[in-house]
Amino acid sequence: MARIVGIDLGTTNSLVAYMKEGVPTVIPGREGRAMVPSVVAMTDNGLIVGDSAKEHLTRNPARTVYSIKRFMGKGLADVQSELAYFPYSLTEQGGVIRIKLGEKSYSPPQISAMILKELKQRAEAHLGESITKAVITVPAYFNDSQRQATKDAGLIAGLEVVRIINEPTAASLAYGLQEKTQGTIAVYDLGGGTFDISILKLKDGIFEVLATNGDTHLGGDDIDRRVADLLLSDIRTAFGVDLLAYPDHMQAVRLEAERAKIRLSESQKTEVAIDLPEGKGQFSRELTRDQLESLTADIIERTLAPCRFALKDAGLAPEGIDEVVLVGGSTRMPLVRQRVQALFGKQPHCHLNPDEVVALGAAVQADILTGGTTDMLLLDVTPLSLGIETMGGVMSSLIRRNTTIPASAKEMFTTYVDGQTGVDIHILQGERELVKDNRSLARFRLKVPPLPAGVPRIEVTFLIDANGILNVKASDMRTGQSQSIEVKPSYGLSDNEVERMIEDSFKFAQEDVSARKLIEARLDAGALIATTEKSLAEGGTLIAEKDAAEVRNALSALNAAKEGQDPKVIRARMAELEQAAKPLSVAMLDDSLKRSLHGKKVSDVTKAR
Amino acid sequence: MDHSHTHTTGRRELQMARSMCWHCQSEVSGEYFCERCVKVQPVSKEADYFTCLGFPRRLTIDLQKLEAKFYELSRAFHPDFYQTKSETEQAISLSNAATLNTAYRTLRDPIQRAEYLVAIEAGAVKEIRSSPPADLFEEILELQETLEEFRASDQSSESGQQLRTQLQKEQHRLEQRKQEMETQLERLFVEWDALQDRGEATSESRAERDRLLKHMREILSNRTYVKNIVNDLVATIG
Repeated sequence: MARIVGIDLGTTNSLVAYMKEGVPTVIPGREGRAMVPSVVAMTDNGLIVGDSAKEHLTRNPARTVYSIKRFMGKGLADVQSELAYFPYSLTEQGGVIRIKLGEKSYSPPQISAMILKELKQRAEAHLGESITKAVITVPAYFNDSQRQATKDAGLIAGLEVVRIINEPTAASLAYGLQEKTQGTIAVYDLGGGTFDISILKLKDGIFEVLATNGDTHLGGDDIDRRVADLLLSDIRTAFGVDLLAYPDHMQAVRLEAERAKIRLSESQKTEVAIDLPEGKGQFSRELTRDQLESLTADIIERTLAPCRFALKDAGLAPEGIDEVVLVGGSTRMPLVRQRVQALFGKQPHCHLNPDEVVALGAAVQADILTGGTTDMLLLDVTPLSLGIETMGGVMSSLIRRNTTIPASAKEMFTTYVDGQTGVDIHILQGERELVKDNRSLARFRLKVPPLPAGVPRIEVTFLIDANGILNVKASDMRTGQSQSIEVKPSYGLSDNEVERMIEDSFKFAQEDVSARKLIEARLDAGALIATTEKSLAEGGTLIAEKDAAEVRNALSALNAAKEGQDPKVIRARMAELEQAAKPLSVAMLDDSLKRSLHGKKVSDVTKAR
Repeated sequence: MDHSHTHTTGRRELQMARSMCWHCQSEVSGEYFCERCVKVQPVSKEADYFTCLGFPRRLTIDLQKLEAKFYELSRAFHPDFYQTKSETEQAISLSNAATLNTAYRTLRDPIQRAEYLVAIEAGAVKEIRSSPPADLFEEILELQETLEEFRASDQSSESGQQLRTQLQKEQHRLEQRKQEMETQLERLFVEWDALQDRGEATSESRAERDRLLKHMREILSNRTYVKNIVNDLVATIG
């Protein structure tokens, strides 16, 4: 079976890992860094991803996308409150957010696909083989739409997403492989944009999730935002400048806030400096760890309620947890560690690299799926209850939260009116009583043969697969015939849209290839022009004026082609220049030979041979 | 009537015993893997959760053993181990794993286990409706009124506080009652298991069986009712 890589598609950074002789290993890029910043920038030379795109955050904020994960599987109304913080322009089309970059609009799965492609190429370069399959991690508390959006992103990037697994459970696999412990563990995962808590029982190679909880909109981003808000208000007071009007400076503030937060995990105080617009100089102030902590304590406090809910659902008291494992960059904050320690009454385990452990776990899961690792098995749960709308706008729960997946539920439907030919079904996810307080996943219409009311009996099976994604099947109990159901997702791309985006992505890939060919041809042409000009200056007198004129003509022809857009033309002019310069290079070679032989005896030369 | 019922059950058992491997058509009788071609077989639609996990229809179950069996069968069925197999095998694995998970979840919890057993013994998986215990009927009516009064009152006022204390007392009483019902159930579980172990086919044992099922069903439905009220109370008074 073809190799499957493990991918951590993070809010802030992404990584790819694989199983190297039984050991999960992250794949570094050319510069040796394993983390790829989850940033995509539209530049004049096309789309770029990662470290180089991150540099565009302050240079070209309107066309540089970060934290795209926050928008996966969401509608515009879901993120209304934070739109002001994002410098790029967001719109909505068919329940899916679109991001405008230059002339075109992109859905969040398309942007995520660009990051996935970067990771795919990185793995291909490192392993020297084509990579077409991946296990991708998502926050455990991601709902069906968000999982589906992640799967779509994989497809658009040319990856078959063999499995979607939850980040904290992925981390537990890497932890379990390394530590070989048995017992009950809690994985506390605070990343850039999301928070998860999962409680697992580890026994004889089985990783059984007992309960999971979280908040898909809570993470390091929110902490940075608090610090940034403080800096903005300071600057407003001291200089009367509102940086909200300067998107590039806003990004500089955001990045400086993040860096200051990171520094304060190591030291007690730090200096923060921001360049101001319109020659107003520089703002600087000191920030202490105490200040950071009082500024963000409530955010960290918000992670504790989900922890308590998860403990309750698992039927455990804090003392029942043998070990607490920390995952995600934000768990480096001393206050986070203190609060976690206070809640669980024990020092958390932080010997794993919180940035890499999720990708490593994804690689372990990939190895399980290919049949490499056979002694470990992950039994995960669905984080949210699944149900359907019933009379009076009430949700009737079919599969309760924290049910081990795969999970299925069957429901019988009939008609209320004679000759009724359809029943509308509205699928929901969430823990609230009323439909309007839960997440709408999808709607579909069940086809029913026209019969007297109450006679048709259609059994619908709702199945949550091992990816945590819902599948729906229906069969007519009277005839035994099954019917295919076209489910219209409430917040997702339709199959046709995904199909079109895959095609687009191939088109872009071709555009990318031709763009790269042009850049390479220009570089090569530049090098050839430089060496030829040098030779002409040094050896122009050694050849006939007619030959020298031909070289000069070929040079200017190549210079003109280099300004054009066609790499083929450039390559052709290069070949012509090389041809024209042949007499020159021959003459120069002869000349240098003559000079090196000058003053030597024939016998020396033969001896040297 | 009774006769035809036995007849259909008998035929069903016959079908099960004679089912064929979907792959090599050799005979399989309830095994999860064909003895000849080793392919995974779908869990029979007729099999109840006890049979699925290889346990007798008893209400006292060793949870350690149940968990061990669940893990063993998870290793046999989980889709993770079928990624490289045929589409048919993947579909069987998915559906078997889903059934296994439901079976384990149901049998793991003593109340759900009893509710399930009472339902299948009645011949159809009928939901056990909640109903108030007869002796508590009036008390519960009063309680509902007090709850309404509390919801409408200014909860920080003195009368509000008084109502809260009253409700807390009621909550405590009902929780105690629920506990009593559970103890009562446990005794019935033991009686049921003993009756099954004797395996007699006399008319007395059939009458005893019906009495136990009826009694368990009644307590289970009362317990659900009381549990719902307690949940309601906790949600309201916090």
